[in-house]
Parts: sequence; structure tokens; C-alpha cells
Amino acid sequence: MSLLSVETLSLAIRAEPILRDVSFEIGAGEVFGLVGESGSGKSMTALALMQLLPDGARAEGAARFGGRDLLSLGERAMCGLRGNEIGMIFQEPMTALNPVQTVGDQVAETLIVHGAADRAGAAAAARDRLARVGLPAERFPLSRYPHELSGGQRQRVCIAMAVALRPKLLIADEPTTALDVTTQAQILDLLKGLVAEEGMSLMLITHDLAVVSGMADHVAVMQDGRIVEAAATETLFRRRAHPYTDRLFAATAHVPERHGAPRETPLLDVRGAVRDYALPGTRLFGAAPTFRAVDGVSFTLHAGESLGLVGESGCGKSTLTRAILGLEDLQGGRITLDGATVHAGRRMPATLRRKMQVVFQDPFGSFNPRHRVARLVAEPFHLLDHAPEDRDDRIAGALEAVGLSPADGARYIHEFSGGQRQRIAIARALIIRPKLIVLDEAVSALDVSIRAQILDLLADLQGRFGLSYLFISHDLTVVRAITDRVLVMKAGEIVEEGRTETVFDAPAHPYTRQLIAAAPAIPAHWTEDRHGTG
Amino acid sequence: MLRFAISRLVSLGLSLIVASLVIFAVIEGVPGDPAAFMLGLNADPAAVAALREELGLGGSLPARYLDWIGGMLRGDFGISYTYRVPVADLVAARLWVSLPLAAYALALSTAIAFPVGLIAAARRGTAVDAGIMGATQLGIAVPNFWFAMLLVLVFAIQLRLFSAGGFPGWDEGIWINVKALTLPAVALALPQASILARVMRSSVLETLGQDYIRTARAKGLTRRQAVFRHALRNAMIPVLTIIGLQFSFLLAGAIIIENVFFLPGLGRLIFQGITQRDLVVVESVVMLLVFAVITVNFLVDLAYAAVDPRLRRRR
Repeated sequence: MSLLSVETLSLAIRAEPILRDVSFEIGAGEVFGLVGESGSGKSMTALALMQLLPDGARAEGAARFGGRDLLSLGERAMCGLRGNEIGMIFQEPMTALNPVQTVGDQVAETLIVHGAADRAGAAAAARDRLARVGLPAERFPLSRYPHELSGGQRQRVCIAMAVALRPKLLIADEPTTALDVTTQAQILDLLKGLVAEEGMSLMLITHDLAVVSGMADHVAVMQDGRIVEAAATETLFRRRAHPYTDRLFAATAHVPERHGAPRETPLLDVRGAVRDYALPGTRLFGAAPTFRAVDGVSFTLHAGESLGLVGESGCGKSTLTRAILGLEDLQGGRITLDGATVHAGRRMPATLRRKMQVVFQDPFGSFNPRHRVARLVAEPFHLLDHAPEDRDDRIAGALEAVGLSPADGARYIHEFSGGQRQRIAIARALIIRPKLIVLDEAVSALDVSIRAQILDLLADLQGRFGLSYLFISHDLTVVRAITDRVLVMKAGEIVEEGRTETVFDAPAHPYTRQLIAAAPAIPAHWTEDRHGTG
Repeated sequence: MLRFAISRLVSLGLSLIVASLVIFAVIEGVPGDPAAFMLGLNADPAAVAALREELGLGGSLPARYLDWIGGMLRGDFGISYTYRVPVADLVAARLWVSLPLAAYALALSTAIAFPVGLIAAARRGTAVDAGIMGATQLGIAVPNFWFAMLLVLVFAIQLRLFSAGGFPGWDEGIWINVKALTLPAVALALPQASILARVMRSSVLETLGQDYIRTARAKGLTRRQAVFRHALRNAMIPVLTIIGLQFSFLLAGAIIIENVFFLPGLGRLIFQGITQRDLVVVESVVMLLVFAVITVNFLVDLAYAAVDPRLRRRR
């Protein structure tokens, strides 16, 4: 008998349909995976079950849970149910906790609001649950505040909060998307362990097919508010009956076709780069202690080459990137681009700066919303000695190169989707024909199908314009797909460097091995048989 | 927390020194003779010389600055040229009116603004919210002296509940003075409460949109519990900032209301000092107000740290 049975759930927000006839079942002790791209309605499905929908949303259908219909329960009954019988965790652990309350109090609150324990009892239970999720009180006192914990630790606190009353169902909405691969592996392990030990059911919402393949018993694929395919996990992965499922698979494993080979000329050369940060002083006077974010990094990027830089958050890759871009000075070592030394600040001449452009992760925050696209794309022109005569033609050319139309130049950035914005960012980088483009997590925020298109675009542009890429990412799959060589960075140092296939197939450093092992992967034999291409 | 307080205290001291230098430079260091300025264009040269002597303008600038600072530290602010009494006594008497008035007005404004702002936020988009927003708009737009006169007309002249103005003095008992300060405090509090309520509303609304509120709801808290246990404290930071600014303003900025109600407050003192060119009074009162503003900011900083643990460790 199933624990939760959702029947023809439909949802509209202000008359705009969001979900259409969504039906699925989750058995007791089962892990159910709900997969889809952004906007497919997977989070809304979860929020509808919790009755935590935004204002103006209307849900129809039924969701039977222990003999009741979740959709028709009153607010009072729902408050008794949330956190008690159904727990929920969310994607962004950095903001999911109240910053002004201790973690102990926040976990204990779950018990207190449901009247399950008095203050002392709730504190004891909080201690117990935090220890269960890997935060023992000896090392992580209950009096810690969220800002004193890392992202992974905060997600553990959220889990402790959600499972404090041993709910029958835990809904996890992209629980590991914001986390590093090794942390992701630990959190997924923890969730698996809780399901096994407590007989809890888990509804796992994710965009990541690999994550779901290692976790779920059953999977449903969502597109545009509908479930297009649902089956036992292995069956679904092998069969891929619906074209969308198949497309999703192809996009996940997409390897762009690349032309042109790297030349032997060094373009970017980093020698013994050291970058120290001042830490907040512990004493009122005296020298502040420093933190070495980049510790003696050396590497060379050749003309026409695509070089990957992988590492987890805090490893120093962003700091190194800023130094390469000439945004911050080094405390030791030297960075040269095309033979000239890179310095931060005014001392870096425009002639040097124009050889290097950057595309950042956030397709929403890296544009001035009040400028038209043509002006945004033309921004790097100020690095030229005088404005080009064929300014408009070059803007049109750059937009066409990234698959947009010249007419798009007259529009504003909010009129474009995330993938289109990233194309505009690439057009902006491309317009003064730099030699090097630094791609700082440039495809990390994109859905897999969009990501595949952008990777194709990057590969195509590299072939056409002889560009070099420094591709910085935490996503090993993407780095593997697009780079010739890869650097693995850990705690400010490069621990391994080599040809991409070599590093991935036969990692030499223990840390690289750990990273690759932690990265979730779809079992190879599940995907090889059907289409032959995989 | 202690280290935070000490470091804030150090910056408070530094701000005071800088402020005193600026005030001194503006009033005494500017070209021209302060004594001649105070006595006006047609002054008798002998009188000017006598005043120079009295003000101690003979010495060098650094010596005069140290004299001035040293005097203030001992509680000696000099003698007012127009009133012929020690400025310290003058200021103390005025402070006993202005400080209670400011505190009274601020207490009223906070007491009104908190619940009103909270209700507007909780009922966002409803008629209640619209009504509150309209009323606060009006509260900001209406000149407070006009509102003060309205209060006098209704409560003093028609209903005869309060006196129309004047201040009996604290020797006469507490109640009668509180009563005398009530109408001015209400008049002062109205625009302040309107501003504060709007800040409160938007701050609470912003925190209600945060992820941790969704987490709290997923834990089983009701809407109301989520507001009181999680949103309120997080919404306090901008509200505290405004409260700090308002107190500083109320202390010296009540001059119009003081005039409407014939209250012998600081605002009137500084106004009279300026019109009568009594630089000794102006200099001292300005320094005192700077001191009050900086102290209030220090207290607001401490309040931030009490509300938000992330600020306690700030360098």
C-alpha cells in the first residue's frame, strides 16, 4: 500500500497553468525521484503537497497521504502535519536557516511547535538528531550560529530539522545542487542511510539524472508541468520511451564536436603565483593574520587550447581567476599573458586587457538591466584606442556568432532567458576578438539541454576564431567534455595536471580520485544498449 | 561581543575628536574676529577689545582648542555673552526639557509604528494595508506644526485636557510636566511613527520572503509563529537604524514644536544663540548635539550586535 498517492494534480497560478494531471505514488520506505529542468514544475509539485504554494495558486486533484487528502486539509491540520509527518529540505542551505538563531534552537523548534517535547527534552533530541546527521555536539555545539557552518554542514542542520520527528515522508528539493561533489556524496549517503534506518520515504527532486540513478527506486520525468515518463529507475534509464527523456539523457552526456588543435605557443603563463588574504584581526593592534588562498601555482595555457581548472569551493580557483584577470595583485610569482606581465589596477594597459575577456556564472547578475543589449555587448570597445568605425556591424556580427539576431541588440536583458543571456555574455567577450576567454562556471547555472547548446557554441567559436579557454568549474562532466588538459586544485595548490582523458581515466593524486569517485554517475551498462550512441 | 563594544568605543572617541576639531575650526578658526562678529557692525572698538579679553581670544589656536576641550571635560562651557550665565547651566536646564521630550516622542513613535507596520506587512495587499499606507503617507505629508496647532485647538482649547503650552519645571512634580510634554510629543511622534511604520512594513515583508521563513513553515510553524519567531528579529536592523536617526533629530530638531508650545528646549536655545550671535552658546550646544548623535550611533551599533550574531565578530 502506498504512502502517498497523487492523483491528477493540476495547478494554476493566477489562471496560468503550472501543473497538468500529475499522478504518481510513493511507497513506504521508497525513494522516488522527480527529474526535470527548471520550470518543469517539480518544485511546485512538492510545494502543492505541503500547501506552501505562493499566493494566488490553486491546486486541484487529490494527494492521499495516510487516509487524508493533503490538498483539501485546512491550514491548522497542515501545520500539524508539516515537519511532523512530512519533512522538507530545500536547495539553498546558505539561506535556509535563520541567521540570528542558534542551530540547536532551530532543530529543537521542530519538536516544540508540535508539542512533542518540553524545552529540555527538545534540546536533548536536537543534540541527538544533529549527531545522527554528522554534527556531534562535541565538535558542533548547539550554540553555533548558521554563519559559523559551511554549506554542507548547514544542509545537515536542515536535514536534522526535517527528520527531528521521524516523519514518514521527506521531500528533498534539489538538496545537493548548491554543494560540492564530495559534500554532495556525503549528503546523499546520509539521506540514503536515513531512509534505510528509519523506514522513511524520500521524494527526491533534482535536475541531475546521475544523482537520481544512484538514489531512487522509481523515477518520473517532468516537462512543462506534466509527467512524461515514469518507471522503476533502471527500466526508465534503459528504455527512455519518451523523446524528452531521451533528449535529456543525450544532453547530460553531450560532448561537443571540437575542431582545431592547440598550438605550441604559450599564451598565458602563471609562475609560482601566491595570493594572501588578510584575515579579521584577533587583536586590536598588530599585524592581521593572513590566509594563503593561492599557494605557488604554476601552469601554462597554450594558444588555441582549452584548459580546465577544477576544484571545490574554497580551493582558491576564484582567487586565482581574479589574479589572472588582473583584478587583484599577487603577493608572489608572476602571470604573463602573451609575453606581457599582468598587474592589477591602472598599471594594466588596455592593449593587454583586450586580449582577455571573461564570462561569469550568473546570467542574471552580470548585466546592467538598464542598458540595451547592443550597448552591453559593445562594452569592451572602451579597451580599444579609438571606437571602431564599423561598430554596429561588429555588434551584429558578435550577436550572430552566438546564434542571436542583430535585432536583439535593441532589446533589454530581462527579455532573454538564462541560456540566451549567457550567449550575450559570450558575445560581449568575443566582440574585441580576445585571445583568451576565461569561463568562470559559465555553464553551471544552466539546464542540461541549454548547457549542451552553449558547449557546442563554445566549441564552434574556438574552432572559428582560434580562441583559448580557461574553463573553471566544479562540474567534472563538463570539464571532461570541453577541455584538452585539466588542472586539479586543492587548498590553493595544483595537485594534478595532465591531459583530460588521462586525468579522468587514471587519476594519479588521491584527491583527484576522491573527486571522481564522489561525482555521481549513471551506471554505464544502463545506457549503452538502447541507441548504441549512449 | 566585548571586543566589538571596545572597538566601537574607540571609533566613538575618534569621531568625537574629529568633530570637535571641525566645530572649533569653523567657529574660531575662520578668518575674522569672533568678538567683532558677535558685537555686530557698529560696535565700539573698546567693547570689542573687552570681549576679546573675556573670550580669551589672545592665545594661539591650539592653546585655545585645548582650553575649550579641557573646560568642557570639567563641565565648564564658558559664559554666555547674551545671557551672562554659565553655558553649562543654560544647556542643562534646556536638556531637562529636550531629552524627556525626545524620549517621550520616540517611545510613542515606536509604540505606534511597530504594531502598525507589522499588521500592514501581515495583511499585505488588503484594505487594512492600503489604509495604513495611506494614513502613514498623510502622517509624513502633514506639517507637524499644523498638526500641533490642531492638537492645541482640540485638546487644550475645546476639551481642556491639556495646557496649550509652557513648561512648569520638574520642581512642580512629574505628572504635570509629563502632561505638558504630551501634546508636543504626540505632534513630534506623528511623522516619525509614519516613517518608522513604513520601514517596519517593508523590512518585515522582505524577511518574510526569505528562505528561512519557508523552512520554518515547512517545520510546521503557522504563519503567525513564523513572523514572530523568525521574521521579527531579522527585520529589526533597518528599523534600529531609523530609530537612531530619529532620536538624534528629535533632540535638536524639535525647534518648531518647541516654539508652538513655548517650551524652553535646546532647539530654541541654539536658535536664539544664532540670532544673537552668541558663539559661545552655539559652539557648546553643537558639540553637545554631536556628542549625543555619536553616542546614539554607538548604542545602535550595540543593538545591531545584540540582534545579529554575525556582527559580533566583525573586525
